[in-house]
Amino acid sequence: MKKYRKVISALVAGVMTASMLAGCGSSADNSQTATTEQAEGEQAAADTLTFKIGAIGPLTGGAAAYGNAVCNAAELAVSEINANGGINGYQVEYSKEDDELNAEKSVNAYNTLKDWGMQFLVGSTTSACSIAVSEYTKNDNMFQLTPSGSAVDCVKYDNVFRVCFSDPNQGIASAQYISDHNLATKVGIIYDSSDVYSNGIYQKFTEESAGKNYEIVSAEAFTQDNNTDFSVQLQKAKDAGADLVFLPIYYKDASLILTQANTMGYSPVFFGVDGMDGILTVDNFDTALAEGVMLLTPFAADATDDLTVNFVSQYQAKYGEVPNQFAADAYDAVYIIKQAIEAKNLTPDMSVSDLCESMKTAMTEIEATGLTSSKMTWEASGEPNKEPKAVVIQNGAYVSAQ
Amino acid sequence: MSFLTYLISGLSLGSIYAIIALGYTMVYGIAKMLNFAHGDFIMVGCYIIFSVTGALSGNSAIGIIAAIVLCTLLGITTEFVAYRPLRGAASPLAVLITAIGVSYFLENVALLIFGADIKSFSSVIKWEGFTLADGQLRIQGVTIVTILVSVVVLVVLQLFIKKTKQGQAMLAASEDKGAAALMGINVNRTIMLTFAIGSALAAIAGALLCSAYPSLSPYTGAMPGIKAFVAAVLGGIGSIPGAMIGGLMLGIIEILSKTYISSQLSDAIVFGILVIVLLVKPTGILGKVIQEKV
Amino acid sequence: MKLNKKSKDNYITYAIVMVAYLIFQILSATGNLSSHMTGLLVPMTYYAVIAVALNLCVGILGELSIGHCGFMCIGAFSSAFFSKLTENVLAWPIRFFLAFVIGIAFAALFGFLIGIPVLRLKGDYLAIVTLAFGEIIKNVINAFYIGVDGNGVHFSMKNSMELNMEPDGNLIINGAMGITGTPHNSNFTIGIIVLLLSLFVVQNLINSRDGRAIMAVRDNYIAAEATGINVTRYKMMAFVLSAAIAGAAGVLFSHNITTLTASSQYFGYNASIMILVYVVLGGIGNIRGSVIAACVLYLLPELLRGFSTYRMLIYSIVLIVMMIVNWSPRVIEKREKLAAKIGFGSRKKIAR
Repeated sequence: MKKYRKVISALVAGVMTASMLAGCGSSADNSQTATTEQAEGEQAAADTLTFKIGAIGPLTGGAAAYGNAVCNAAELAVSEINANGGINGYQVEYSKEDDELNAEKSVNAYNTLKDWGMQFLVGSTTSACSIAVSEYTKNDNMFQLTPSGSAVDCVKYDNVFRVCFSDPNQGIASAQYISDHNLATKVGIIYDSSDVYSNGIYQKFTEESAGKNYEIVSAEAFTQDNNTDFSVQLQKAKDAGADLVFLPIYYKDASLILTQANTMGYSPVFFGVDGMDGILTVDNFDTALAEGVMLLTPFAADATDDLTVNFVSQYQAKYGEVPNQFAADAYDAVYIIKQAIEAKNLTPDMSVSDLCESMKTAMTEIEATGLTSSKMTWEASGEPNKEPKAVVIQNGAYVSAQ
Repeated sequence: MSFLTYLISGLSLGSIYAIIALGYTMVYGIAKMLNFAHGDFIMVGCYIIFSVTGALSGNSAIGIIAAIVLCTLLGITTEFVAYRPLRGAASPLAVLITAIGVSYFLENVALLIFGADIKSFSSVIKWEGFTLADGQLRIQGVTIVTILVSVVVLVVLQLFIKKTKQGQAMLAASEDKGAAALMGINVNRTIMLTFAIGSALAAIAGALLCSAYPSLSPYTGAMPGIKAFVAAVLGGIGSIPGAMIGGLMLGIIEILSKTYISSQLSDAIVFGILVIVLLVKPTGILGKVIQEKV
Repeated sequence: MKLNKKSKDNYITYAIVMVAYLIFQILSATGNLSSHMTGLLVPMTYYAVIAVALNLCVGILGELSIGHCGFMCIGAFSSAFFSKLTENVLAWPIRFFLAFVIGIAFAALFGFLIGIPVLRLKGDYLAIVTLAFGEIIKNVINAFYIGVDGNGVHFSMKNSMELNMEPDGNLIINGAMGITGTPHNSNFTIGIIVLLLSLFVVQNLINSRDGRAIMAVRDNYIAAEATGINVTRYKMMAFVLSAAIAGAAGVLFSHNITTLTASSQYFGYNASIMILVYVVLGGIGNIRGSVIAACVLYLLPELLRGFSTYRMLIYSIVLIVMMIVNWSPRVIEKREKLAAKIGFGSRKKIAR
């Protein structure tokens, strides 16, 4: 044991210095900005003042695809806004932080961004993280707009709004759509029981299906630790005679399910929700497998409107990937913040709390146009009002199902 | 009939676990270390096949050869840089933790190079398999190939260890490193050879894993890796036929418990069975019972 | 007052913790602590606590456990369940104290139940069974649906609809969504108190008769048995205590982050291995080392945030290098030679 003593004392010294540096570093930064502002006087201040938008998402780990989409798209939106003269004449600064899909790390990420001087939060990407962070944004009264935190509790505080649909909303809409269009008589469900998003939709969908013109014949779960083999879940749906399989899951797992259904020779209608968007852009994926898949999604990467075309080409040029619905939500989120700021004529020198108060009222008043809907309005509760769009995949492309 | 369908699903999943477990158990049996990065070697192998095959417009044979060669090199390098310095450390846990570090390293390198989004892997096995009983039962080509490959690997490994001089040296090194060195065996080289074989096996396992379940991300290898490790323990870690049996058993148990008990709780059931098996046979199904001497 | 070497060593550990506490409190009071650092303080304490617990199991008892986060999970869920249930009934200090009692009791109970099969095994087989139990706990809790309404407690393992609750019912554990809205009661002071208490318990155990018996079992159980030590009893004692302390860490955890889900990031084998990394890097059997390593390694990826995408890559390299520097026989030899040259060596030689 003796030989560790020195190492340990070195470590102690290390951690102390590190924490001191971290502690002092930020305070030094603050005082520095304060003095420069004073020195340059009020006129110059307008030039140096910036809005600060931060984003949080899993940039490493198994869910990194979603977090990177959110953070990249937000970055893209910010650079576009800056190129076009900023918000109310002020430039926007942007910073992103990794949370590894971990609520605790998400709070750490939030605190890091707060030290950086963030005024508006686009995040967190995932529901559980977003709920954990909202506890802190509420205390600081900071405006939070989650692009993709879809669980009900994400917007339980009045300073939090969201861009995407809520989980129950999607469950209800899916049940309604399947019943209205007489898509099936027997429905099988495959859902991810370890995932908040998938579980939420599944539960609401099951509740809502009571009394509809179809019956649920199988509901099988999988978990993130057990998502390589779906043969059992598919076989059960097949044996139960399901002519439609509802997949309230993300495209990562859905792509495997479609492949395995194909090898099994099982071809029901597959019906997905917004998490399914992105399946056509999976590298090397045989899109023929997704033929006839229906999904409710607010965004389609191959839509031909100018906004989408511009966004997709810019995103692809910058990040080498086709953006998915997460990216679209985050891109919209930044523009929604811009619109709300402009509606209230806010300036960056206002306090975080004052900004948040004005944003809260602005959000209920604005009507936004974006990638994920041509008309979005918000309730004071934080829920968006927008129409889910049903699309069907034909010849490797989305076609409107209506 | 439906039971047979599920059994075949179990067999195909089990054969994948088996071939991964063979690599695990090989390294463990000789080098006496849990190579936690084994699953990530598999992932690296998959990415190599994916890139090379993509670049050569679909020639997967060259992809597989490239993966085997590069994974072998990677295995040797990892052993030399990260594991060898810790041989003879005061605790065997030290090298285990380093293996975890290597695992993080490989995952994050893959994340930086290939991005986080999944890639769909084109199967390297073009054969569709065959159907029985008027199309009611279907055995996939990749399942048959995987089982055949695992049997071949099993036999070759057994022959190699039992019949060749190098194999005997491995066995000696695994029994007693010091005594083996005194007998003129170059222990370092022997262990390096073990890693080379283990990593080559990882590349082959990767090709088959991604052919059966064609979704590739930087974290593809992690969970099958840990499941295969469980399979190796179930069969008796260090025992090469044990790995095969453990893998097949684990796959079948997993599928049947999903089918007949609960798809939500199948992991708990699989691990529960592992616990029960180990209580009855504390060193796994084919594990050696080592009598402790005072 | 004359202190023997061991108790002096123990007091040094307490002193380090308390000095660190004071420094952070002063920094925080004078406004010199960034909110990022402030937010890291509580997690640091509970990771230190669970590292101490695991070191008791790995270092003192000598059994490798890679499922210790399972006990943390049990402590977290049982205490969060209790706190949610009594949120409007009890004042927070009493409630939080009882939450600790419940979390620790449940973790200890499960430690005992799991210990019965686990401790019959040896080495790697024991390790894999602890991993299995960790995964079982996580998987089963993920399937729990528990709600409370006027008619009492409802329980299901399928989905929330099966509960058939009254509309006014309160769904407390909602499967994978876990428990949301646990009161935010953990703070740095309480974390430090828990850490000091667990240090006190573990260090006193080590220096007691029981502790020596446990270490005798670790070093040679046949010899220990021959001298009349009840091997099973002592193994169980250490294992249960270790589980209980892990449970305490879980209570701090669940009352620090308001969303509690039984997912792999927090309670899977990967998380358990992370704790093992703290223990091994801090020195197996070295309790103080565990505390320090837990803090340093928890801080490291956070301090690397500036490197953005390269963050985890750098972390993994640092981990490998630290392991080699700390554990490689050859590096240790070189380090000692170097130390001897500078003049440190003479003191060290005698000490050994």
